[in-house]
Amino acid sequence: MHQEDNIDFDEIISKYKADPYDYVDIHSIHTGRIRFQVEVGSQVEGVSGEWRHIPGTTLYILNRERNPKPVHSPTNGEISFIRDDLEGQFVEAAEKIITIKHPLTKREIIDGILREVLYPFVAPERAKYFFSMDIQSRIDRYGQREVFVKPGDELFTMSLMKRETPIYYEGEPGIIHSNYFKPGESVDQGQPLVGICPKNTLPLIQRIITRVKAEWE
Amino acid sequence: MEDINKRLLKVEDRISYIAQVKEGTEWGNLAGMQEKTARIRENFYDYAESDLADQIRGLEDAVQFLEERCDENLASMEKVRIVRSPLRFSLKDILENVYEEYTELGGEEDANIDPSLVVAKANILRQVNSKVYTQQVMVIGHEKGHGEEYRNGGCSKPWGNEKALRYMLVAQTEGIPIHFYIFTPGSFPIEDYPGAGQQIARNLYVMSKLRVPMVSVISEGGSGGAEAIGMADCRLMFSHGYYSVISPEGAAAIEGKIREGEKISKELVENCAERLKITALDNLKAGTIDRIIEEPLLGARRDDFAFFKRIKAEMIRATDEVVLKTKSLRTFRAYEVNMKKAEEDAADAENYVDVTWELRPDEIKRLLVFRSRKYRNMALWAFGGKPDSSAARMKRAKLRVAEVFYGLRYDVIKTHRKLAQHFIKDVSGEGSVFLKRVSAPFTAAYDFISKKQDYRAVRPVLDRRGGDSAGDPYLGDTYTSPLANEDRTVTCPNSHKHGCKDLWIPDLYGEFCGVCENCGHHFPLEYEWYLKNLFDRDSTREFNTEICAGNPLQNEVLEKRLKAAIKKTGRCSSMITFDAKVMGIDIVTAMLYSDFRNGTVGAAEGEKFVQACEVAKLKRRPLLSYVHTTGGIRIQEGTLGVIQMPKCTMAVREYIDAGGLYIVVYDNNSYAGPVASFLGCSHYQFAIRSSRIGFAGPRVIRDTTGEEVPPDYHSARNALRRGHIQGIWDRREFRRNLHKCLMTMGGSKLYYR
Repeated sequence: MHQEDNIDFDEIISKYKADPYDYVDIHSIHTGRIRFQVEVGSQVEGVSGEWRHIPGTTLYILNRERNPKPVHSPTNGEISFIRDDLEGQFVEAAEKIITIKHPLTKREIIDGILREVLYPFVAPERAKYFFSMDIQSRIDRYGQREVFVKPGDELFTMSLMKRETPIYYEGEPGIIHSNYFKPGESVDQGQPLVGICPKNTLPLIQRIITRVKAEWE
Repeated sequence: MEDINKRLLKVEDRISYIAQVKEGTEWGNLAGMQEKTARIRENFYDYAESDLADQIRGLEDAVQFLEERCDENLASMEKVRIVRSPLRFSLKDILENVYEEYTELGGEEDANIDPSLVVAKANILRQVNSKVYTQQVMVIGHEKGHGEEYRNGGCSKPWGNEKALRYMLVAQTEGIPIHFYIFTPGSFPIEDYPGAGQQIARNLYVMSKLRVPMVSVISEGGSGGAEAIGMADCRLMFSHGYYSVISPEGAAAIEGKIREGEKISKELVENCAERLKITALDNLKAGTIDRIIEEPLLGARRDDFAFFKRIKAEMIRATDEVVLKTKSLRTFRAYEVNMKKAEEDAADAENYVDVTWELRPDEIKRLLVFRSRKYRNMALWAFGGKPDSSAARMKRAKLRVAEVFYGLRYDVIKTHRKLAQHFIKDVSGEGSVFLKRVSAPFTAAYDFISKKQDYRAVRPVLDRRGGDSAGDPYLGDTYTSPLANEDRTVTCPNSHKHGCKDLWIPDLYGEFCGVCENCGHHFPLEYEWYLKNLFDRDSTREFNTEICAGNPLQNEVLEKRLKAAIKKTGRCSSMITFDAKVMGIDIVTAMLYSDFRNGTVGAAEGEKFVQACEVAKLKRRPLLSYVHTTGGIRIQEGTLGVIQMPKCTMAVREYIDAGGLYIVVYDNNSYAGPVASFLGCSHYQFAIRSSRIGFAGPRVIRDTTGEEVPPDYHSARNALRRGHIQGIWDRREFRRNLHKCLMTMGGSKLYYR
């Protein structure tokens, strides 16, 4: 799939063009009697504040054992679907009750496209990661996008409990396109560290990013 | 012509100043006068000189008349505006004009650890019978500047107050008096090290026993910020200054329950300013200051040189008074100084009395006694529930008996027993060494012949005094919070972070003691829970229950709220003081609780606290301050509330100096004045988990600094990180932790060092 001919960028672009929204489904967090605080078409806000301490718009209040629990919107957007029929009724846990139509930002679209076309290399453990000496010196000298890695290369040094373990690259050969971690900060297991891009797709990816940047409001 | 032009300019300035004070030109036809001056200015060169002079003289007379009328009935808020005027004199003007020479310490201008607080070593001259004497003083005060932004409007940062403290100690080392000038709207309310509240507490703690004469003058006295350098032997105030527990705007926001972002009406602010009794005269009546320095009409400005002369005379006189009080040979000089005070134009007198400001050790002792007495007697009239004459006699008699009893028990018997124990210990030590020497050859021979038996050293057992908790019968049937009598569940506020399950209330407030079993979040519990669960059964004996929170400033709102609080709680004040036992250890406890006016401290609470310190001192017992919640100083009591900060800190300091052990435990919310004084000055402070401790709440910080603070800014954990507290305790372990703390901090010196 990571060959140029396997990726239909026009299709990806037109997909986002046709529907530049993310549909976030909200499920009931547990059982209880539900009271909706929004209706179809309401605009809702997501979590905000410098420390993400201001909760989003209240979506519904779920009352279980006389404990009314307000549930807030995780993201901004418009309510596109709501189970009105459940208003005031008892709902089971994990039932889909609301869908928020969240307008994608430029950044989210680019991230989405990259997630589809890049090969992510994930953290094998929760630890701190650094580029290996060799890779780091190449990044310093030529810049990140010029560094080519192939399977078997020592890509990272994993620092865990004062022990440093080399991590070898496995997967498609390519260049380091995106960097998702900060050296010296803990990364959870399974989180992507870098996104690797086959060398020949790079110009295309760059072109597509420029297009998204230019075309999207 | 040039002279006339200058006079016109001056008249214009005076009119615009009155307009500033009156906030508008409607009053006294100011607009008309402004028009007239504008007209004169426009056609300045068309008039004949004599004609101009006449017109301007007329204007000057009119302005003079207006100024006099305006000054006669200045409202509190108008005084606030005078104080905040950029034309008002600042500390630098005083340093230039009152003192002969000065060198700024700890930075200059904007290259300064805190430009809003200036410290300078200065010389002051006095002429005695045509002879000139120079005396050194340390000058410490806030500098508002004349428009320099880096001065921060005299809002000193915590490190500014720390600088002040550092140079107070320098003055103590050098034995020179300190002159404090207070020009602050309040302290900059941030918790960054050393922390606004903590630093004020430290300053107060040191100032209560600083061994040099101190005189303070208030121009703008904003609550805690003012107290940080205000605890002096003589407190003066400028006649047009204000000294208040909170800014009128802040008070209006609280009293009017104004939400953030909403506009506060001008009338409400003005009403609040009146009710707070912030003027010099009000404060003199309340006894929170000693004397007023008269200012010229509508307050002194930076070019009123006659006024600076008066400041100089008043400062010298005040320092003389403080010093002379401590001298045994003082009659004539004291009389002379007093006479000068009585003279009306005393301030202009250049001739002074010869008084040296150096104190001998016995005089310093007297100075400290006078200071202690001064603060002890403050605001004594401001609360209710004082005993009638026979009850007071009875109380005094009881006190005498207690003094004799505890004096005998601790000073005589305990000292002798201690001496005897020391002697016996020494003798037995000596004896054992001597015996060892003598018997060594024999034991060696014996060891050689017989095989030595193997034995294991027995660990010394810590004397727990009350037996351990396992055998404590009180845990059999514990007090359960009435909050538990409800059949519903609640959500832990940390559930989104830690995935805590909903908690069933009977479980939560019963078995779990209000603690989330998953994340350990502490839900607030009523203060009775602590009374019942913290102390040994039936060991608490309350005292001073009759001391009742008063309404010294006749605030109507407070009157109603106090009545409601008394009805709700069945108590007379937000502080409960009692003797109690914790696992057998006798302690005295002062407890602030939330149900009564949110645990705010006023004159009654302050008095109860001081008396608790005195009881603890008398009975040689550890003193525990348990703060269930405190919202700060009760603002409706005005400066009578603020004065509780130095008063209580003085009491605590004397208790600690006498050998007491003072422990503070914070719970729920503890903010403002009390934390910045008698609570924050404790060497051993702890917090119950999930509590918040700080100087000012997030809203005040936002309003003052213009910056947001993180939601966990005041959390106990951050207080621990900043070094404010020494540990965080789990509520369920409170009793055991307190006992352990008493044993480790007190140990063998638990009942006095």
